[in-house]
Amino acid sequence: MSAEHIVATATLNRAEPIIYELGAPGRCAATLPALDVPEADLPPANLLREDLDLPEVTESALMRHFVRLSQKNWGVDVGFYPLGSCTMKYNPKVNEDAARLPGFAETHPYQPEDSVQGNLQLIHALQEYLKEIGGFAAVSLQPAAGAHGELTGVLIMRAYHEARGDRARKRILIPDSAHGTNPASTTMAGFEMVEVTSDRRGNVDLQDLRAKLDERVVGMMLTNPNTLGLFDENLLEITRLVHEAGGLMYGDGANLNALLGIAKPGELGFDVMHYNLHKTFATPHGGGGPGAGPVGVTAALADFLPGPIVTAEACMIDTVTGMRLPEDAAAAWADAEDDWDDACREGLWYRLEMPARSIGRVKAFYGHFGIMVRAYTYIRMLGARGLREVSEAAVLNANYLRAVLKEVYPLWSDRTCMHEFVLQGIVDGVPDVRALDIAKRLIDYGVHPPTNYFPLIVPEALLIEPTETESKDTLDYFADAMRRIAEEARAEPETLHEAPVNAPVRRLDEVRAARNPVLRWRRGRR
Amino acid sequence: MTYVPHTDADRRAMLARIGVESVEDLFGDVPTGYRFPGLDLPEPLSELEVMAELREASEANADLQHNACFLGAGAYHHFVPSVVDHVISRSEFYTAYTPYQPEISQGTLQTIFEYQTMICELTGMEVSNASHYDGATALAEAVIMALSVGRGRRTKVVMAPSVHPEYRATARTYVQGAGVQVVGDDRLENDLQALVEMVDDDTACLVVQYPDFFGRIRDLTGVADAVHARGALLAVACNPIALGLLKPPGAFDADIALGEGQPLGIPLSFGGPYLGFFACKEQYVRRMAGRLVGETVDLDGTRGYVLTLSTREQHIRRQRATSNICTNQGLNVLAAATYLAGMGRCGLSQVAKLCYHRAHYAAEAISVLDGYTVDLSLPFFHEFVVGCPRPVREINEILLDEYGIIGGYDLARDYPELENQMLVCVTEMNSADEIDALVQALEELDS
Repeated sequence: MSAEHIVATATLNRAEPIIYELGAPGRCAATLPALDVPEADLPPANLLREDLDLPEVTESALMRHFVRLSQKNWGVDVGFYPLGSCTMKYNPKVNEDAARLPGFAETHPYQPEDSVQGNLQLIHALQEYLKEIGGFAAVSLQPAAGAHGELTGVLIMRAYHEARGDRARKRILIPDSAHGTNPASTTMAGFEMVEVTSDRRGNVDLQDLRAKLDERVVGMMLTNPNTLGLFDENLLEITRLVHEAGGLMYGDGANLNALLGIAKPGELGFDVMHYNLHKTFATPHGGGGPGAGPVGVTAALADFLPGPIVTAEACMIDTVTGMRLPEDAAAAWADAEDDWDDACREGLWYRLEMPARSIGRVKAFYGHFGIMVRAYTYIRMLGARGLREVSEAAVLNANYLRAVLKEVYPLWSDRTCMHEFVLQGIVDGVPDVRALDIAKRLIDYGVHPPTNYFPLIVPEALLIEPTETESKDTLDYFADAMRRIAEEARAEPETLHEAPVNAPVRRLDEVRAARNPVLRWRRGRR
Repeated sequence: MTYVPHTDADRRAMLARIGVESVEDLFGDVPTGYRFPGLDLPEPLSELEVMAELREASEANADLQHNACFLGAGAYHHFVPSVVDHVISRSEFYTAYTPYQPEISQGTLQTIFEYQTMICELTGMEVSNASHYDGATALAEAVIMALSVGRGRRTKVVMAPSVHPEYRATARTYVQGAGVQVVGDDRLENDLQALVEMVDDDTACLVVQYPDFFGRIRDLTGVADAVHARGALLAVACNPIALGLLKPPGAFDADIALGEGQPLGIPLSFGGPYLGFFACKEQYVRRMAGRLVGETVDLDGTRGYVLTLSTREQHIRRQRATSNICTNQGLNVLAAATYLAGMGRCGLSQVAKLCYHRAHYAAEAISVLDGYTVDLSLPFFHEFVVGCPRPVREINEILLDEYGIIGGYDLARDYPELENQMLVCVTEMNSADEIDALVQALEELDS
């Protein structure tokens, strides 16, 4: 490493070299066993690669590189992360240990079913828990993410109508406050999206909804509470109208953290909904994934779920081997043996099954099993009372911040919110200070900025979701920072335009990145 | 345990500030009659109890620490250096989200940029995205991208029957609303030449797997030219460990290279979460799905990284986006980047060669057993098809119960014509002794 590099890396806030720049020919961080079999002839030379330019680094250099990079990252474990609609709650550490148990982590998806009963039992239990929490008749854990669950749900709605011979339905209604994934999922499923406006109270505009409902409508995708953090006051009327028109209700479960033990979407009239295990059920966001987006449906849609899903059947189990006894063997044994109770026990046997009229599989294997283990652990530790406490505290935190901050920034709606709320990043008398400036200045105060410029229907939106795992102290600190930023905006607006100044880098030139895309490192280019 | 920090005093102070009596008062918008339904869930457990319960459930499985494994078929048992789990356990990485705020997300962003670079090198392609959910969804997105390049006028997809059955199924699910015809994979006899001949002016792409689902390495020379002559694209699903040894798809002029990234330092974990890698020619970058990270500078001219070309994506383009994908597999990208950098130039080819030589050693030993056949005429990487004297299911049952060996994949599951055919996988995790034990077990159970 050159002296220039040493100086450059002395400060954490300076640029970290690219991993290739830390290497030297011949270095390798891994050790591998020696070849213990005769060498076979390699494939013909025209099938072999000539070179493979990967980094050549020692293990210590590799570790330091990634530790230094980690120090340039903000995470929930670093500090407050009120990123609206993303539910950045604390990720319990026991969940990580659970997913790493070798009996889970080191099993192959194609092992015989009788050798993975532990996995199947856990998947089955999580399906059952999610059914109960959401108020649905069946759940598939296969979808890999929220957006993946949406595509799955829309395809299920498509299959439902098609099975009824109703092929004229091509439109999906989506409120103007929705996440971009909703319209994108609609297009992927071959449908057309029709936007429905929101009224001034943040509800779906019923008049607009009625005007757009007809026999061409597949259904409606609705996030509830919506992305304004508001529970639609006309929800029952909306679901009634959509059903009356022959459509189905899709629930975007992004905001389910407000509803655990508070209300069951399946009972409120939703026919299909995705859950976000990485939001509601505390599995880590992983820097953008992997999460998981299971889908729950009503009984009428259960046969269309993607699979395989796990089913359970009662059986007799051999207490010695832990294996299921075939029915005839169990019966014979029951007749013949006196010590029946010792030899066998009643139990459940789990199997993978494709639902009868499944839309098919939406990925390989059965879903993000490692994420399921984490979510299962979380639900198991909280139980019914704990889950309700989660939603109550999430809603309490959001309303508390809303009450404090409405004195400083305009609120888009002064209704009681659920787990999140929208402020407008507007400071009276300082028109050139924008939501973006406020967001960037928050970084200097040691807070991850809220979601900004979303939902699209609110000018200068700052969507704030504190989550239930943040203390009153943290919320007070955040409110204080927001208050000081408003003062700075009036006194010294350039401070906000310059922000952040306490981050590993300053504002980055995104226009340059898009105009002249540099999407990979190249040797000798610098 | 709820991880909620509030004391009773906190709650009272907060409720007073809001101006309500109780927390229940905050839920007035939830229709009465539906409010507070009660959840029928098991009683909560302490951390100690939950781990005991989970340990017991996990030990009901036959895991790969206690059993030799010759099962692959799209999910592979490989050595993962300790450094990988230590890196991905840094909670600054795993408790972050999508890097929307680049100033405090340089760790994630630079990691993705390095990952993109290494995937480009490995596949021989010009541009890599920040990943998909898994190999199957990466393949489905490749098909959708090819349809988009064909501007919706090309509605046919030619798919090799030797592409992973679950990838083919996933692609069909993805395009079921798009009026697309997927052809070519209905007959196992459809070889490369037959598939190329099916490509016509309505075809968006030809999809092949390399090495294919049966482990065979096909020479793809000339395939791209023939496909391009009809205006279609060539998409190649490839195994990243095999690319430590084999000529990469880019060298065959493929337009898209994709695959399952799980072999790159990600545990088997009963099928997920994994990592779909996806790379293509630069000319198609604006039709690519998924996140992309690009290099830029900050206000001081310091090198930094941002999400870029996001006008392709759903949060900007909504219904006109290239895909609905929102996230990537961030933490598994980090695992793969750490693995690739840790193995490095020589390590990855060493892993590939260990797999190759040990697989060939196993194939030859099994081929001389009475009752078993192995076709050794075509080059293969670390998987090969074994013709067995009886149903694979039966053999696997005995192997596991009596020998502690997880046998190969039963090809009759997906290909009825391949009854009694087992797909055997050998990696660097299978020592010569383990292979000898498998061979001996196969010999014994047929005698």
